Amino acid sequence: MIGRVGVRISTSLLTLFLASIAVFLAVRALPGGPAVALSAESGDPGVIAAINRKYGFDQPVVVQFFRWLGLALRGDLGTSPNSGLPVGDVLLDRIPITLELSVLALLVAVVIGVPAGVLAARRPAGTGDFLASTVALAGLSIPHFWFGILLILGFSVGLHVLPAAGFVPILVNPLSNLEHLLMPAIVLGTGFAAIVMRQTRSAVIDALTSDYVRTARAKGLSEWVVVGSHALRNSLITVVTVLGLQLGALIAGVVTVEQVFDIPGLGKLTLDAVFERDYPTLQGVVLLTAAGYVIANLLVDLSYTLLNPRVRVLAGVPR
Amino acid sequence: MNGRPVLGVTDLRVRFDTDDGPLLAVDGMSFDVHPGEVLALVGESGCGKSMTALSVLGLQPPNARVTGSIRLGGREILGLESRALRSIRGREIAMVFQEPMSSLNPVFKVGRQIAEVLRKHEKMSAAAARRRAVELLELVRVPTPERVVDEYPHQLSGGMQQRVMIAMAVACDPKLIIADEPTTSLDVTIQAQVLEIFRRLRDRLDTAIILITHDLGVVADIADSVVVMYAGHKMEQAPVMELFERPRHPYTKGLLGTVPRAGLSGTRRELVEIPGSVPLLRSAPTQCVFADRCAYRQDDCRAESPVIREIGVAAQVACLHPVEVVVRS
Amino acid sequence: MTAVATVLTGRALARRRMRRRLLARPLSVIGLIGTLVAIAVALFAPLISPYDPAATDFGSVLAAPFHGAHLLGTDQLGRDVLSRMFFGARTSLIAGVLATVLGTVVAVPIGLVAGYFRGWVDTVISRLVDVVLAFPFLIIAVGMAAILGPSLSNVVIALGVGQIPVVIRVVRGEVLAQRELEYVQAETVNGTPSGVILFRHILPNISNAIIVQASVAVPTAIVGAAVLSFLGIGVQPPTADWGNMLGDAQGYLAQAPWLGVFPGVAIFLTTLSFNLLGDGIRDALDPRSR
Repeated sequence: MIGRVGVRISTSLLTLFLASIAVFLAVRALPGGPAVALSAESGDPGVIAAINRKYGFDQPVVVQFFRWLGLALRGDLGTSPNSGLPVGDVLLDRIPITLELSVLALLVAVVIGVPAGVLAARRPAGTGDFLASTVALAGLSIPHFWFGILLILGFSVGLHVLPAAGFVPILVNPLSNLEHLLMPAIVLGTGFAAIVMRQTRSAVIDALTSDYVRTARAKGLSEWVVVGSHALRNSLITVVTVLGLQLGALIAGVVTVEQVFDIPGLGKLTLDAVFERDYPTLQGVVLLTAAGYVIANLLVDLSYTLLNPRVRVLAGVPR
Repeated sequence: MNGRPVLGVTDLRVRFDTDDGPLLAVDGMSFDVHPGEVLALVGESGCGKSMTALSVLGLQPPNARVTGSIRLGGREILGLESRALRSIRGREIAMVFQEPMSSLNPVFKVGRQIAEVLRKHEKMSAAAARRRAVELLELVRVPTPERVVDEYPHQLSGGMQQRVMIAMAVACDPKLIIADEPTTSLDVTIQAQVLEIFRRLRDRLDTAIILITHDLGVVADIADSVVVMYAGHKMEQAPVMELFERPRHPYTKGLLGTVPRAGLSGTRRELVEIPGSVPLLRSAPTQCVFADRCAYRQDDCRAESPVIREIGVAAQVACLHPVEVVVRS
Repeated sequence: MTAVATVLTGRALARRRMRRRLLARPLSVIGLIGTLVAIAVALFAPLISPYDPAATDFGSVLAAPFHGAHLLGTDQLGRDVLSRMFFGARTSLIAGVLATVLGTVVAVPIGLVAGYFRGWVDTVISRLVDVVLAFPFLIIAVGMAAILGPSLSNVVIALGVGQIPVVIRVVRGEVLAQRELEYVQAETVNGTPSGVILFRHILPNISNAIIVQASVAVPTAIVGAAVLSFLGIGVQPPTADWGNMLGDAQGYLAQAPWLGVFPGVAIFLTTLSFNLLGDGIRDALDPRSR
């Protein structure tokens, strides 16, 4: 297993490296070069030349890249020309916020999706299953951001029970923090709930036809235990794998949700950086995102080995 | 092998409604099993022996229709509602399946799967159940039970897995154990060990055992009485020695012909295969179900389906022209 | 050669059967109807719109729906919501369909080559696909929008490019499966050039998988276009687009909640129709997969 993990890590590092190259090049592919934007489009060649010298844009791209990479690996991602703050600090500030939002969203997805999938699996092609599948399909067709707007209309504008926008850190006021994150988490989570439900349903249906479920029934265990424990436990592996595959969509969803609800997380930061042509920030965020994505996939792999004892035991010698 | 039967089955019929029409998997099976008796249920694949066993516990597939009477110690259990059935399963009647690797849940430790039965039926605490699980593993002669109890099924060999299944079955001291081809997927040496465990259960705990198998060697080894099944029907039933020495039904004769035995010169006889295969019944048969493959077939065998009747000492046969040839082994 | 001809004729028969299967399920029919309605609205928008979608009217700003001259109300500049919704169908459908076509047309040949010839070509392509897929699509789209500037054509390009890795993977997988089949071995032995095998024989046989993939991709692209416009990096106002209508609505939710509802309903219904139709197509082409 060490060998397998090692391979995965090195592939991930390679991907990360290639990704950072891509980001770097992309940012520099802008018409006129990054100096143009930084110069607030003054067009004065002297200003542009000065900027080029200051930020090293006049060096060959390869040199620039390795200089940037070297600094980045040491934790120095540069300074945002717009805010004047070090990019690294800003990122560190925002990571916990986006992380909290993502975790809550995944929680929502699992809490809704898994039981729904189990219920649908118990009686396939029955009314419950049909309803659940239809709701799931509808859920997949609703654009996230519109769902968010609807929730705001309902709960903030209409009922005045939840705040429409903004954020309060958890250490300052946990209750208010949750109030602000509840709707965003629901919006983000329900999209995945549909996928989780579909996967759980088919995995549980599979499990229910297995021999060990027959044994469990022959032991006189109640149907709830049979389905909810024996069958479900075997299905979790599939569900986790699917969740892992959805991480990319999660990141995309985070950007829109943070925009709709005005949450100061990494997603909003990315968007702002694009609009303000804040390249150091943009580079830093994209690099961080790619790294986070890679790490998350690794975690999914690791949890897979935890959930599946067959993979866990390396050299279990049968007696 | 005396006293009131643990299990009484009368006229059991199992019918499937498939897309291609009805299928009679079991058509009129009747037998009794007594405490301390090993009843072997013998036949080729597809003859309905597994379906008979599953129906006893109510584990038949949802599209199966079961009729007849199944009595556990005098109490009718066919058609019992779920909760009552569940209190019987694992507690009064337990089952051991053929493929232990796939019949054990791969993601739960072996000890937990054994303890599960104890916690469900005897309301034991986790600690007590675990201790009892270790004892049960000892009972089935699993080495280092303290360690095995924390292992996963895939870490054990086939023979060990089967012993775990048996331990699970014996946990609540059931009156009847149904073992469906328990040794088929094991090698011969392990087979002997597993059969030894069954023997001890019968001798020490007076457990009744229904042993489903297509292997006559196993039957000769451990069975007390034998029911020979074909196409969902009982062809013959007799105490084991009687069956081997004086098989009456042509099918039984044919089966016994396929058991490799040392001839007078010490060499093996050829395996005699019965040509043809087990038919699938679509409706109540109008002729003897074995007629098409029977070497002793006569005209009236095609005119009616023979009813089982008593013959000889404690034996039954469903044949219009049973063969009365004494076979010395 | 004759073997291939028979296969094609058989496929024509199969297509008739598929059509029947598609129409048999009520949900698929609903999807089909919805899709046709959306297409019709987009085509005939100028004819059915009561107002010019770009016409402002500062006299009746944020007018409520169902209450007057404007059936669905007006936005913050007095523009008629209903007309903008009709014209919005154009941008959404164009974006969805064109992006999918672009992605498919570019990706299919690459996938065919990668899957058929294997070797270092395949390795390079697959690694690149992995890297691109390592990036959540939206980040790529945002990045591209930053580089290219926001506009409908750039949205189409960004979305189309985003689909390429996925389609490559699907096509490559199908080709890998097909090349092991007998008819391919037979043609190779006959000396048929690879190009002919790929395009004349393998491609028709994997067309089902490509169609299924496209039927899922179109609604995804429609939503993707809406997201990009909503975020301000897609279709810009004053061009009417469901996404940017919702983006504008954000600032006026308290005074004019309907602005946040109607465009979303349009996106939802259109996406749902395409999804239902796509499900139906998938079932019709391969009923076993349910």
